[in-house]
Amino acid sequence: MRYLPKSPAARLEMLAAIGAKSIEELFECIPERFRLRQALKLPGPLSEAEVISYFKDRARENSLGYTSFLGAGIYNHLRSVVTDTILLRGEFLTSYTPYQAEIAQGTLQAIFEFQTLMCQLTGQEVANASMYDGSTATTEAALMAERLTGRERVLLARSVHPEYREVLRTYAKNSGLQIEEIGYGQDGTVDVAALEGAMKDDAGAVVLQSPNFFGVLENCAEIADVAHPTGALLVVAVAEGVSLGAVKPPAEADIVAMEAQSFGLPPSYGGPFAGVVASRDKFVRQMPGRLAGQTVDAEGQRGFVLTLATREQHIRREKATSNICTNQALCALAATVHLTLLGKEGLREMAEQNLAKAQFALGLLEKIPGVRRAFSGPFFNEFTLEFPRSVRMINADLLKEKIVGPLALGPMYPELSKHGLVCVTETTSRQEIERFAQAIERILARPA
Amino acid sequence: MTDRIKKANRHTNQNEGLIFELSSAGKRAFELPPLDVPAADAAQALGGHHRSQGVENFPEVSEIEVVRHFTRLSTWNYAIDLGMYPLGSCTMKYNPRVNEFVARLDGLATEHPYQPQELSQGCLRILQLLENCLLEITGMDAITLQPAAGAQGELTGLLLIRAYLEKQGKPRKKVLIPDSAHGTNPATAVIAGYEVENIKSESHGQIDVDKLRDLVTEDVAALMITNPSTLGIFEERIAEIADILHAKGALLYMDGANMNALTGVTRPGDLGVDVMHLNLHKTFSTPHGGGGPGAGPVAMKKILEPFRPVPILVEKAGGKLALETVRPSSIGKVRAFGGNFGVLVRALAYILAYGPGVRQATEDAVLNANYIRKHLEGVFDLPYSLPSMHEVVFSDTMQKRAGVNTMDIAKRLIDYGFHPYTTAFPLIVPGALMIEPTESESKEECDFFIAAMKSIAEEAATTPAVVKSAPHTTRVRRLDETAAARKPILRWKPSAAKSSAAD
Amino acid sequence: MAYPANYRYTKEHEWLDAKDGVATVGITDYAQGELGDVVFVELPQTGRKLTKGKSFGTIESVKAVSEIYAPASGDVIEANSELHNKPETINSDPHGAAWLVKIKLANPAELDGLMDSAAYEAYIAAKGKEASA
Repeated sequence: MRYLPKSPAARLEMLAAIGAKSIEELFECIPERFRLRQALKLPGPLSEAEVISYFKDRARENSLGYTSFLGAGIYNHLRSVVTDTILLRGEFLTSYTPYQAEIAQGTLQAIFEFQTLMCQLTGQEVANASMYDGSTATTEAALMAERLTGRERVLLARSVHPEYREVLRTYAKNSGLQIEEIGYGQDGTVDVAALEGAMKDDAGAVVLQSPNFFGVLENCAEIADVAHPTGALLVVAVAEGVSLGAVKPPAEADIVAMEAQSFGLPPSYGGPFAGVVASRDKFVRQMPGRLAGQTVDAEGQRGFVLTLATREQHIRREKATSNICTNQALCALAATVHLTLLGKEGLREMAEQNLAKAQFALGLLEKIPGVRRAFSGPFFNEFTLEFPRSVRMINADLLKEKIVGPLALGPMYPELSKHGLVCVTETTSRQEIERFAQAIERILARPA
Repeated sequence: MTDRIKKANRHTNQNEGLIFELSSAGKRAFELPPLDVPAADAAQALGGHHRSQGVENFPEVSEIEVVRHFTRLSTWNYAIDLGMYPLGSCTMKYNPRVNEFVARLDGLATEHPYQPQELSQGCLRILQLLENCLLEITGMDAITLQPAAGAQGELTGLLLIRAYLEKQGKPRKKVLIPDSAHGTNPATAVIAGYEVENIKSESHGQIDVDKLRDLVTEDVAALMITNPSTLGIFEERIAEIADILHAKGALLYMDGANMNALTGVTRPGDLGVDVMHLNLHKTFSTPHGGGGPGAGPVAMKKILEPFRPVPILVEKAGGKLALETVRPSSIGKVRAFGGNFGVLVRALAYILAYGPGVRQATEDAVLNANYIRKHLEGVFDLPYSLPSMHEVVFSDTMQKRAGVNTMDIAKRLIDYGFHPYTTAFPLIVPGALMIEPTESESKEECDFFIAAMKSIAEEAATTPAVVKSAPHTTRVRRLDETAAARKPILRWKPSAAKSSAAD
Repeated sequence: MAYPANYRYTKEHEWLDAKDGVATVGITDYAQGELGDVVFVELPQTGRKLTKGKSFGTIESVKAVSEIYAPASGDVIEANSELHNKPETINSDPHGAAWLVKIKLANPAELDGLMDSAAYEAYIAAKGKEASA
């Protein structure tokens, strides 16, 4: 087998050195009745070409050749091929967590750069080296707020991604967090009056997302002014990081939970991505996840180490800030390489292209009889439309034209039964946007 | 020492500062295709939200600078591609490149989990095949591929147990955890809402079955066991342990970190385990990538099946696959979307490459560990006598006499061209040296390792200073971790760069 | 380092210096040696009620965290704010400048159970023998 570097002769030599007559002897510690007599029933073994063939066959059974207008937490953006050149270097791909700093300075410096980029993007003072994704980062942020304030009440905007809210609820059930949902207003942002009414003086955190699930930008400064006077912390989730190239960061937030998928990570049917928790320096000891810190070695040279490790599970065990061990390091590296390639101007330009494409698409779609924009608040690259009939039916017809249409919001928001979420990024051509609008117009012109 | 070090040598390597230190306005590394629609008036569209100047202090460099920067950084790392990485319980095996190739295929890397299921049959078939393979390997009845890592798998497993016990009447209060357990176990138990009760291991690092019998009451929800234990020793009495728990209505959770000793040889489901997680980034070869991503699927017995996180993969009439989200007893979701699909693809590619012959990998892993144990017994203290499986744990007792501890030995091993083994874990062995070679090491590499360790033991006895001040041949020497923790510098800042850059 | 004769000591390596119903509390030289370089100290706020034997704070080194247990019950009247900026004082002067808290003793009789300096020195000497056995 090509992954095993031992010849039959080498195996015999080694057995002899151990003083064992057969490899079976080395498994005698397992009671006999539990030792398998036959090989497992598994497909294979496949040669390299057959492995590739298998997956290419599966790849052909998906959505190749279709144009998609889906976003909703996972975004199609341009990625440079340079990113993979770096990721595939064995020294990055096949190395471990940098606990032995002297031979992991490459990883540690890259993490330090990632932490810096995340702070610059979010307007926060410190960021960690990644959580699993945006949903668990948001959950960890809420738990962090609970630890900091000693309060269990969390006011969660309904305009936060439904899956993020579901994950938070799964974790909250066993940690004592009390989640209350706050609705949204006409403009698509969180209902401030409802929030004010619910505040009281015992909330630990207010949790928003911006741009929110409907694509609308929240007024974080205004919400911070509602939360802070009562001693509550403001947690802002960011699912579409590219927005930060053109949109002011939520600097008023106490904790930002970001999903970094938009920065050079392909959609990959849902993962792996990379979440980030960013916050103020004064809260750093309650922050979960790894942190790379700058220091010097015995000869005064600058170097980097994992630090503040006493927060983590391998030292603190049951009192740890989180149980996270393996994180998303390679994905964070991808984001770091991607963002340094884009640079300041590239990210700004990418963000502006998203804005332009979305505005252009909205312009065409709003002209279609029966189609109207649902929320008046400002948006980045996603917006919610109300249609005259079921989005599911429209999408079924769009599929015949090889278009994956808007996400139907009805299943997640029953009151939005005829609404669909449209996402347009820099990767969607003008031609495809026009084709999309024309197709919808045609479909709606037919009798229902 | 130089004539004894055969595996590694000094070599000039490049310096490189922080990317921000290379930055200056006007440099571009990536250009976008021109806009084919009218530009938007950002100030008008975004109003007060507009960030008109871009991200302050974001780097501005050229493509070649980016390539050089990260390439140089990469050369400062040790990696499996360079040689043995004997970290215990991490299973640092070869990361097959075909896995990287297939995970990146158009049609797999490009898919969105919200696209219509009829357009995702390829992805769903991959998930179905992986589920079936992992069920066959573990001997379990049902599985979830959702958890993003082992720790999240542990949480999922405990939440499944809690949901099951709640359905039975009460969730109970405590989870028993051996003092040899990995830190994620107790950290996870607390997050799942349970109290942790530590159970002291007996002298060989095994579960003390008599003590267990006393501790298992109707207040105990589960025992979290690692098998083989973190000492690399098979828990021979595991079936008995399962019986004790089951008799009191409690469940047995197995931390699957050490599956590399069991795959193809025995199945946890047959041993009485009710629920377990797997670490795909350990046993199933997906790359560690400097700390992740991983995946921690959770396999379970039938009784826990109704509580699985949604969505659930089902096969409908006609062979069409679908994801169902309506499951009233489900614990919900532990993360958004599905699992780490890209990692799952890599694991399946690994399994397909081996097929039924995957047992050979397990045999080679156990062979390597025992070969190393045989040669280092007597050189390092072995605090127990039971047979090792895929990893061996020594202690630094003998070297301590000269004032040399496991950390020092580990740092000196770096000079010999290896990554250190796991130091100071498990906690039940004072001054532990936890060594797991995996099946990916040839006899030659094992011999280099043995020679290096013997040489270091000799140095510890004759010239301890050279061990205590190791490593000597790396780019940086031992780093001041105290300063890093007292006055943390966790990001680059423009003004700081001018005063503290020491190179 | 000497163990002051007028202090009292606990098995968890705290020291206590009582005067007129107010006790100054710290950790011993042995404890700081075991911990290694101290990087952070977490202390309670003024007014907090401490219960003998219960944890009231933590001391962190790079590789470990230690709970600090109250040697006697009482209310915290002052916490040593110097330690926030200079946690290393615990390593250099554990019995003096690195006092942790001052408490108003709720029950002076609790002090009777504590070791004197001779007993404590014997206690840690025995620990030393155990470790090298």
